[in-house]
Amino acid sequence: MAKRSVPEINAGSMADIAFLLLIFFLVTTTMDVDKGLNRKLPPWDDNPIKETSTIKEKNVFVVLVNGQDQLLVEDEYMDVRDLRQTAKEFIDNNGDGSCDVCKGSRNPESSDNPAKAIISLQNDRGTSYETYIKVQNELVAAYNDLRDELAQSQFGKPFDLLGEEAKKFVQDKYPQIISEAEPVSLGGR
Amino acid sequence: MGRIRKKKSGGTPELSTASLPDIVFMLLFFFMVTTTMREVDLKISLKKPRATEIQKLERKDLVAYIYVGTPKNSATYGTEPRVQLDDQLATTQDIGSFVVVKREEINEKERPLMTVSIKSDIKVRMGLIGDIKQELRKAQALKINYSTNPTTSEELFKVY
Repeated sequence: MAKRSVPEINAGSMADIAFLLLIFFLVTTTMDVDKGLNRKLPPWDDNPIKETSTIKEKNVFVVLVNGQDQLLVEDEYMDVRDLRQTAKEFIDNNGDGSCDVCKGSRNPESSDNPAKAIISLQNDRGTSYETYIKVQNELVAAYNDLRDELAQSQFGKPFDLLGEEAKKFVQDKYPQIISEAEPVSLGGR
Repeated sequence: MGRIRKKKSGGTPELSTASLPDIVFMLLFFFMVTTTMREVDLKISLKKPRATEIQKLERKDLVAYIYVGTPKNSATYGTEPRVQLDDQLATTQDIGSFVVVKREEINEKERPLMTVSIKSDIKVRMGLIGDIKQELRKAQALKINYSTNPTTSEELFKVY
């Protein structure tokens, strides 16, 4: 009698099944990585003490945004496009000469050094989120630009590619100080 | 023997498709691993703002999302911008307990690293966002991220 072989399972449809699953995952997949502007909020204080510390007015860069999405920077009307350059000039000014890497104009009317330079941002309750993000973006960009420039001249590569220690060095030279006041309601919407 | 050989000779040899399932499986596993199912049904319309100075959110398991925008179903919920937490529309007062619940889900060591990602529509007014920020401060959720779409600086100021 002839030896009977075990019947093989037909694996031809395996590919079909795998394709089906593949298409399912292709359709349901969302590859988008979440990206955004990282910020830190100040801790909540139940009875905030009125600010008594003395910060010289020239060390504060005041940015106000109203309900019509218009900017008032240092008491002057400004377009968002010019905000980055103006902020950079303010941070990099180096009025007292204590910053050895700054290239600013050393205007005595502007900030003393980057560690003392504070950017103060206040918006109206009617400001649109889009404008707010644009302003935030430009202010962060001002700091990032300065850090990149320093990293390039000091270490020869952009800030993102620096090692831990070099990064810390650059961050110490240009600490990011953006202070946000609670939104006010100045009428409008 | 002779007969079999005769059958096989002549004609182009067939391409072996035996490795096809392997290739497909490889792709399948790739997508299975990289896939993230959409966590929530958006009940609000959302058009994120654009920005250039963006950072990636590294650990997705440490992120809680708050969605803000005008309700899609305006007949039921009106046209005023609302906050969406998980799968339902909520008010700013619910944010405190939402943060507490989300924080409980993270293991204790990594709780300080928790980030709240605010996904807001561009048309939302800052009054509402300000209220959300106050609630987050009260709930001690101080690390936040404004979710934006990447763009180039030339594109940023274009008006559509």
